[in-house]
Amino acid sequence: MEITAEKKEEKLIIFLNGRLDTTNAKEAEEEIDKLLGDEADVTFDLKDLIYLSSAGLRILLLAQKRMLKQGRMTVKNVNETVTEIFETTGFNEILTIE
Amino acid sequence: MNRNEDRPTFGEKMKNALASEKLFHGEGNSKLKLIREMILDAVIENITPLTDAVNEELEKLNCSLRAQNQIDIVIDEVFANIASYAYGDKTGKAIVRLEHDQENNDIILIFIDEGMPFDPLKNEDPDVTLGYDKREIGGLGVFIVKKLMNKAEYRFADKKNILILRKNLD
Repeated sequence: MEITAEKKEEKLIIFLNGRLDTTNAKEAEEEIDKLLGDEADVTFDLKDLIYLSSAGLRILLLAQKRMLKQGRMTVKNVNETVTEIFETTGFNEILTIE
Repeated sequence: MNRNEDRPTFGEKMKNALASEKLFHGEGNSKLKLIREMILDAVIENITPLTDAVNEELEKLNCSLRAQNQIDIVIDEVFANIASYAYGDKTGKAIVRLEHDQENNDIILIFIDEGMPFDPLKNEDPDVTLGYDKREIGGLGVFIVKKLMNKAEYRFADKKNILILRKNLD
């Protein structure tokens, strides 16, 4: 699992790369927590996210809750496997997916 | 004299139990082929090597990448639960058994532990229509397992938690 970020003007894009599961959820959570800082416009680009388990859903839920207070958050480039997880768990209604 | 000398190890006990196929399949399942059986410490660190080993076998069966990813997610959910809860603060063992039902082209994943008796399937499914503010993550993992697999079955036998998961590869 690798997390990178890119800032363009006032927008922060966070890239999740690899598999987001129990083995790396703790570090991912800490890393994302740092990146969110006081950002007001955040996009999660999931084009290189192979899959995520419920440990990863928890992180996205925490990020979404936080971003509703400090700005907006969108999720884009979701692959088939991740889309299925989002739809199965109702996360497609919770997240703003482009 | 070592009093433990004649006591079978966990691995031997598991092997003995597994020799009796009916423990988790019932009688007469001659079309099931055992692909791999692994005895592991039930710790989070073993999720990645376990997943890699299963993927290696799935590739040999020409399993689609989609099904492989789904199975990987399921391994994360189930094994993380066993590692986190089955043995409390202690480290116990788990057996993961991978079988192929050649007649139906189903992959069968069996997770066995000797921890506290616990049926992960009996909990009520979470309400997945709730908004973000009322959402809890607890229970979602097992729900995902049920949704991604074609069949999920739990048994408690011979002091073992046995979770049998079936996924069609066609």
